[in-house]
Amino acid sequence: MSIYLGKNSKVIVQGITGREGLYHANRMRTYGTNVVGGVTPGKGGQKADEFAVFDTVHGARASTGANTSVIFVPPPFAADAILESADAGIELIICITEGIPVHDMLKVMSVVPKSTRVIGPNCPGIITPGEALAGIMPGHVFSQGRVGLISRSGTLTYEIVDQLTRAGIGQSTCVGIGGDPIIGTVFVDCLHAFERDEKTDAVVLVGEIGGTDEEDAAALIRDKHVTKPVVAFIGGRSAPEGKRMGHAGAIVSGGGGTAKAKIAAFQAVNVPVADSPADIPELVSRSGRQPARV
Amino acid sequence: MRLLEYQGKELFAAAGIPVPTGKVAQSVDEAVAIMRANPKPSVVKAQVLIGGRGKAGGIKFANDERDIVGPATVILGMNIKGEIAKRVWIEQRVDIVKELYLSITVDRQSKRPIIIASAMGGMDIEEVAASHAGAIAKYRIDPAMGYWPFVGRRVAREAGIPKEVTSQFVDILGKLYRLFFDIGAMLVEINPLAITKDGKLIASDAKVDIDDNGLFRHPELEAWKTDLPADALEERARKTGLAYVHLDGDVGIIGNGAGLVMGTLDAVKAAGGEPANFLDVGGGAKADIVREAVNIVTADPKVKSLFINIFGGITRGDEVAKGLVEALGGGSWSKDKLVIRLTGTNEKEGREVLQANGIKSVETMNEGARQAVALAR
Repeated sequence: MSIYLGKNSKVIVQGITGREGLYHANRMRTYGTNVVGGVTPGKGGQKADEFAVFDTVHGARASTGANTSVIFVPPPFAADAILESADAGIELIICITEGIPVHDMLKVMSVVPKSTRVIGPNCPGIITPGEALAGIMPGHVFSQGRVGLISRSGTLTYEIVDQLTRAGIGQSTCVGIGGDPIIGTVFVDCLHAFERDEKTDAVVLVGEIGGTDEEDAAALIRDKHVTKPVVAFIGGRSAPEGKRMGHAGAIVSGGGGTAKAKIAAFQAVNVPVADSPADIPELVSRSGRQPARV
Repeated sequence: MRLLEYQGKELFAAAGIPVPTGKVAQSVDEAVAIMRANPKPSVVKAQVLIGGRGKAGGIKFANDERDIVGPATVILGMNIKGEIAKRVWIEQRVDIVKELYLSITVDRQSKRPIIIASAMGGMDIEEVAASHAGAIAKYRIDPAMGYWPFVGRRVAREAGIPKEVTSQFVDILGKLYRLFFDIGAMLVEINPLAITKDGKLIASDAKVDIDDNGLFRHPELEAWKTDLPADALEERARKTGLAYVHLDGDVGIIGNGAGLVMGTLDAVKAAGGEPANFLDVGGGAKADIVREAVNIVTADPKVKSLFINIFGGITRGDEVAKGLVEALGGGSWSKDKLVIRLTGTNEKEGREVLQANGIKSVETMNEGARQAVALAR
């Protein structure tokens, strides 16, 4: 594995008897992910296709040794599902659900232990190409390689990865961190992980308007905690103030969170920022030829 | 969901936060009736969400049922920076000796609610932050701990809140924190939080923004939605579950995935055009959803060309193309003013399907943007 997810990950799906949950459980298994079962309260003991269904995450973990959960439950129940996984000792919790109340996530993040990694919500999941996929990404556009990718967006990630793959640039791990204002894992967390990862040589960071996660990432690079080359893209340069651009977290408010400020923060620490997603493969190849920042 | 001042004050009052006595009016007659029942020196305030209403002439004064007629007539229907004032809030004047600032919002960085307070109230907190950063106190509160009076005392001291009103301040902050959680707010702001001549704190204004994702827990707020200013097309899209944002330009845009659509808008802007909208059809791009999306985007009379940018992932490009052909089949939009960029899985097969049906398709986002901008000229 490179970061967070690999072939030894044992994955359960919360909400496995739902349409989305079961569909993606099958797709993940087809990709090669070790999906060991699923959870739907009240349906324990049943089978969903070939998957064993448990009533609780605690029970599923006891029976299967699962250490990773992918959550597909509707927004009103998603925070409960995240907390249940954390309580049961699941180490990596990936929440796909879009539309979770922000206050639910405030409460979740205030009590989840530091040793538990939450990814999302409102995210496409995570993939370590050739090893495992935990989420809803189209696995076949990814290819094995040594470039890590972190993104707040789904389809834009697929688009960029597709272009990287065509340019012969494979990926170590790609993490969709999600488009909500309060998310479990931010750019800074992933940059730390990629910096430590032997299988990653460079990182593509796909940000967008809203919040200051990109500025925090730039500060981390400035302070030399990241020495591997980073290439960035920021979506929403044309977005007007006060309008939420699809993602709940993609909003410029009170003059803060603009694309301009984020691009400037990266440029100030010599991180090239692509004008268009199409320019990313070229910037990545070029970054490999530049001396690493020391 | 941003609330109007009168709605915010209603929530404040129910939470036990002192607000001036007031009533809302939708017509001059209603305004006159309010003043007849309570002929006291009053402030007449336009109910709009946009800032700067005072400077725009949206705040006036009246003393009785006769001199309310002028201000109410002028303000009702007033266009303030594009927003029409459909209501006025008439409240009794209070003698203010000093203005404070108090708010609670969501701090994304710490993943906690943040209390922001200042003894310099009455102006934009961003302005205060820029000119007098030291005059602002901030406290990120652990939701697991909740609000305790020491938090209020600490914030009051750091913000320089006058000692005489500290105990009132601590009490109001506790009530504001409870309200923040009870309604699932993204922002509750009192600016100004006024100190009156007789030493009482009172909320002179109310700004409340509620998390849309949490609204399902508050059906009681549903009725207020109809009072809020709304864009007709955005409202129509919301009802069909499409993420649509109405903008000013003439290039209509449809794509799948918020990030990809944002990127498409940027590409159109970079090509010298102006996006007419943001519209995310979500994954899969099924025919009926795309058809409704095309209908919404092209219902905007400003739209001169349409750019559809779809990444085929799990749903293969040829299936997406068939969906697009079906959606555009009814002739709802001229193929001459349309550019489609289809990429991802089976993109070649997808493009062949489009070409066979006389629909222009391009390979790159930048080329699509360039052509769509040219078509809008």
